[in-house]
Amino acid sequence: MNDTTLEARLSAADYKSDYKPIWCPGCGDYTVLSSLTKALAMIQRPPHEVAVVSGIGCSSRIPAYTTCYGFHGVHGRSLAAATGLKVARPDLTVVVTGGDGDGYSIGGNHFMHACRRNVDMTYIVMDNHVYGMTKGQASPTTEPDWDNKLSPGGTGIRAFNPLVIALASGANFVARGFSGDPNGTAELIAQAIRHPGFSFVEILSPCITFRPEQKQWKEVVRPAPVHPTDDPGLAARRLMTDDGFNLGVLHAGSRNPYPARMGQAAASLADLESEFEL
Amino acid sequence: MSLSPPPPSPGPAARAVPVAPARTFSVAIAGSGGAGVMTAGTLLLDAAARAGLYGLMVRTSGPQIRGGEAAALLRLGPQPVATLDDGFDLLLAIDWQNLHRFADEIPLADGSLLVGDVDAGEAPEVLRRSGARLHALALKKTAKASGGAWVNMIALGLAGTLAGVPLAALETALRASWKRSTESLAPNLAALRQGVEMAHGLPGERPPPLVPPPHAPAGRWLISGNEAAGCGALRGGVRFVAAYPITPATELLEWMAPALAQVGGTLLQAEDELASVNMIIGASYGGVPSLTATAGPGLALMAEGIGLAVAAEVPIVVVDVMRGGPSTGIPAKSEQSDLSFAVDGLHGDAPRLVLAPSSIADCLTTTEWAVQLAEALQAPAIVLSDQFMGQSRAVIDRPAQAAEAARRLTAPGSAGPQAPAYHRYLDTPSGISPMAVPGTPGTVYTADGLEHTERGIPSSQATDHRKQLDKRLRKLQQHAYGPRWADIEGDADLAVITFGSTTGAVREAVARAATQGVALRLLSLRLLAPLRIDALAQALQGVRQVLVVEQNHGGQLLRYLRSRADLPGRATGLHRPGPLPLRPGELCAAFVDWAAAHAPQEVHA
Repeated sequence: MNDTTLEARLSAADYKSDYKPIWCPGCGDYTVLSSLTKALAMIQRPPHEVAVVSGIGCSSRIPAYTTCYGFHGVHGRSLAAATGLKVARPDLTVVVTGGDGDGYSIGGNHFMHACRRNVDMTYIVMDNHVYGMTKGQASPTTEPDWDNKLSPGGTGIRAFNPLVIALASGANFVARGFSGDPNGTAELIAQAIRHPGFSFVEILSPCITFRPEQKQWKEVVRPAPVHPTDDPGLAARRLMTDDGFNLGVLHAGSRNPYPARMGQAAASLADLESEFEL
Repeated sequence: MSLSPPPPSPGPAARAVPVAPARTFSVAIAGSGGAGVMTAGTLLLDAAARAGLYGLMVRTSGPQIRGGEAAALLRLGPQPVATLDDGFDLLLAIDWQNLHRFADEIPLADGSLLVGDVDAGEAPEVLRRSGARLHALALKKTAKASGGAWVNMIALGLAGTLAGVPLAALETALRASWKRSTESLAPNLAALRQGVEMAHGLPGERPPPLVPPPHAPAGRWLISGNEAAGCGALRGGVRFVAAYPITPATELLEWMAPALAQVGGTLLQAEDELASVNMIIGASYGGVPSLTATAGPGLALMAEGIGLAVAAEVPIVVVDVMRGGPSTGIPAKSEQSDLSFAVDGLHGDAPRLVLAPSSIADCLTTTEWAVQLAEALQAPAIVLSDQFMGQSRAVIDRPAQAAEAARRLTAPGSAGPQAPAYHRYLDTPSGISPMAVPGTPGTVYTADGLEHTERGIPSSQATDHRKQLDKRLRKLQQHAYGPRWADIEGDADLAVITFGSTTGAVREAVARAATQGVALRLLSLRLLAPLRIDALAQALQGVRQVLVVEQNHGGQLLRYLRSRADLPGRATGLHRPGPLPLRPGELCAAFVDWAAAHAPQEVHA
């Protein structure tokens, strides 16, 4: 989109709908929504040329809170729906949003394959290490000793490292943000959208209802002490050893995106059907 | 009533059954992997078509990935062939490896010929007991002597000549398919002629060969059901396919992958069926007519996604090439046992379209119709094909080009700030509301699997839920489907109802019963859901009794019809699970018995 063709520059408010979110007061997702609309204003693509696709969970409610085209599908399948949409409609900007349960548990297989397929879209995960909508069960990123009703005493299972999985699976852009830093997160999302191929932005977004201790995250997050690398091996080594609170772009690769193949007709149906004629 | 599996050979062919209206010739070419029986069968079908005959070729094979026993089952005749016959006029075995496993699938009788290789040892006992006349010929030796030709070319010459297919047509078919060097063609042409000579030299009686018409009509097609379904999808406008490989649907996808690329579409291999159904929903939400193809296990995985397509009103088409179930079942064999799941297998009240093609040619037209209906009604359509149609090839008349296609009703969009709010799920009289295409200004909305208001805002209110449930049901119920919902033949007061690939055998059995003085009305249902209850009642006017015929264990169509409609008399089911096909002879015998049991009571003065 060439900015000079716009009569007026679009602001973040132009991307925000008037629907009131269902989220709890203090939820980190409010600021992620603000960061997303700010990022879209940085990109300056008109809202109707952007599609926001999600699955099920608190954070998956985001599409309707924007003025973009939205798709609120079934639990765990947002990346599949978005892949179909982007491959069929390469002209659209596609942003996928969801939570850690939706993306890493029920949708885990699609997460790996979306990273490896490298379709040009952006995946934002609001990670709060808990299932909020079902009221407080462990997710794949929950600490093993976190006590809850469904897993008394904790699951006893080590947490999943989504950034390392993304790197190992071939994601072309990997970043970590924090909802308490809306401007920094907006910048990360805008970079992710601009970066070709599959971009993954994990955003630490506290659930103060079921994980009030996450209010302390603002004390521990810090900008990553290193520059982004295009070497996934180096990025993975860094991420395997960090504490999960380094923020910023951690990997920016140069793999070719999944090719756009739609719309180039070389033959008519009659040509194709002639193969059946005797 | 239920059909038990047929007795071991001699099977139904040995029974005194009436001849079909037109004489046909049935050939089985069998052998172990690498013998080239499928190539020989395909070429024979091609040659028969070039000679002006119609035909059908069914593939059957053992469970091995490669190298197992296999057989090409052909039936040739002067009219379109939709079903195998009761028995085979000829079984040509290149070797006897594991051939006893096919004994039930290749019934032989007294008049049949059994041809094997003289050096292949003794024929399996079950085949020798059939009463068929056995000829042991030097198949492999002759091929080897003919400059190292392939033995299946001998088989092609032999089988073609016995069936009545002229040498010229056999040669043309072989030349047309030849992709190797011209030098290697000559010995194989010679072997083909050797096979012809062997056939002429066979001593003793043989089944009468077919007599092809003097001039072969132009414009006929040779096509499989899977290819036909893919072709129908393209005609209907499908330009995006996402799918996960599964037997017996894979060939449909493999045909579509390059074809889509040619017409400006694309096929994407998904990581599983959960992904493939959601991918096509995403693509269709984006405005591109979309389809996936699968079999029972994949359909089961897609159930949640199909429900999303119902609730979010996104058109999609799911072709289910049915195979033996439940679970992994019998992957490479046919069965009509996904019907119950297709019509009832979603959670919630979820109106959907379910269609079933009734022949290989109809795989094209019904899949095309399914795309049109899905698009016009913004609903998922499930097409119930099956392995029998999907993996078989037939000579068909060129399918007519469909009239004006039904299209998706889209929202025009508007640019101005005063644009009225767009109501994606507007409760219109028809139930169909204009669907905005992303990229269009002024009509942004969020498609949602959550129950919603007319604007698409999530809602758990009773009035919204009721309104949207009514809307989604109404748009399917009120649509004018026209006469294609069923094929209705005859006006007798006893009716046979069937669907899908079983239609071919039922139609032939009804014709045979007529030659015995038993008149039957035939209904083959193409649109299974929503069931046209009023049209069905009208089609059954004057009918005293109904017999429902299908290839599954539980009588799924019978139970479905009973649950939805009032059928006249005491509806009875006639059903047998796969993998053995329902054969016209056994069906005819059952129809005649059933009709006799329901003969009108004579009134004595």
